Amino acid sequence: MNFASRAAVAAVRAPDGRTRVTRLRSDGPLALRESGGAVYLVGAGAGPLGGDDLELTIDVGPDACLAVRSAAASLVLPGRRPGPSRLAVRARVAAGARLVFEPEPAIAAAGCDHRALAEVTLERGATLTWREEIVLGRHGERPGRYVSRFDVTYDGLPLLHHELRVDENATSAAVLGAAKAAGTVLLAGEDLTREPYAAEGLGVLPLAGPAVLVTALAEDTVRLRDRLTRGTAEARLAAGIEDPPQSPPTTRAAVSRDAGAVAGTAPDGGAGRR
Amino acid sequence: MDAALLLLADSRLPAGGHAHSGGLEPAVTAGVVRDLPTLADFLRGRLATAGLVAAGLAAAACAGGRPGLDAEADARTPSPAQRHASLAQGRALLRAARAAWPHPALEELGPSHHPVVLGTVVRVAGGTPAQAAAIAAYGAVTGPASAAVRLLGLDPLGVQRVLADLAGRIDATAAEAAESVRAGVLPAASAPALDLFAELHRQADLRLFES
Repeated sequence: MNFASRAAVAAVRAPDGRTRVTRLRSDGPLALRESGGAVYLVGAGAGPLGGDDLELTIDVGPDACLAVRSAAASLVLPGRRPGPSRLAVRARVAAGARLVFEPEPAIAAAGCDHRALAEVTLERGATLTWREEIVLGRHGERPGRYVSRFDVTYDGLPLLHHELRVDENATSAAVLGAAKAAGTVLLAGEDLTREPYAAEGLGVLPLAGPAVLVTALAEDTVRLRDRLTRGTAEARLAAGIEDPPQSPPTTRAAVSRDAGAVAGTAPDGGAGRR
Repeated sequence: MDAALLLLADSRLPAGGHAHSGGLEPAVTAGVVRDLPTLADFLRGRLATAGLVAAGLAAAACAGGRPGLDAEADARTPSPAQRHASLAQGRALLRAARAAWPHPALEELGPSHHPVVLGTVVRVAGGTPAQAAAIAAYGAVTGPASAAVRLLGLDPLGVQRVLADLAGRIDATAAEAAESVRAGVLPAASAPALDLFAELHRQADLRLFES
């Protein structure tokens, strides 16, 4: 079974200064849960599978602070029916607001044909931490086709346009070489280093706009995460920031969910997926 | 093809291209490019990523009517060392082009990335966006290939064979870029390894090429 799913999360700053999640809409395999000050993608069922068309919209209102994470790595698989799978994440971060988007890695399984799209609109004065990690196949496996496009604007100007194509050219020493995992962390809007830094498999790259792209290649996902964490610290420490900004806890009260679209109770929810 | 465009694609154009290896020198230093097969592999990846992006920007600049292309080039070039190299090559090309093809469009053009200058010059010289894309894609592999001859002492005939084998891919890359620009989308294919090589090279004590 294939899904066209539209999930959404929205957060605003409440009068008491805390962030309140005002919208949490799960749909099909995109199930969202609020827990411990973050919204988690819990993934009802396997996937994405070939033919899936998934969209997640994130809206962070002025001065609000939202973290979106995932409970586990996602395994991107071919479907029973031909055709690519697609996951689009569109986020708007308003002035003074902060979004942390840190899902677990996506594993591109053999035979997959996947397009990941992320479109992020940052208003002037917004801050962002956006992590993406791709694992090229399960153990001992060559990945299918996986294209990840990342488009970010800041204050209406292009900040980053970045498309990683895991295809027949990706094993070139100019692209990914022998790496089995590739990842980036985009830090934007904070006080960040303007000095580039490079080490084996790790680059800390100040962009032309107010942002730093931490980029890493590694032989496995553990080393990839280590490098990205080290690069992120490097980008902040070099700018004199001792403690990275943390998201304040969101209040669990007053969360309104769209009728009929609550995770697990949607008619086409996770149950029918296996 | 118009002779003016052949002049633009020629490595003898005095636009400083010989000072840049397109990431090949650090790849040689890292030991991942050693011989003709590893060179062919490197060029194939470079063409599909940096080559495609440059071809798209050149086609868009040639088509005209799209302001802000340098900001688009910046957003597609996360490595500061690569942005620096692209602006330096843009400056050198603009200087040569102003002398060769005097035109108000070249006088108006400020400091710009190399593909943006290239596309503008192709327009001034009477070429089309598809031709601008072809010259950019071609240059994306011929520059590093020449650098490989100098750095590794490879047989120039063997390197020429590598380039000849890539010709079909160069055409396909240029066509993909031109088609994408016609559809209103600028390619953004990234090459994480080239980004890392560019920064490692900037730190290196001993280097023959600027990038």
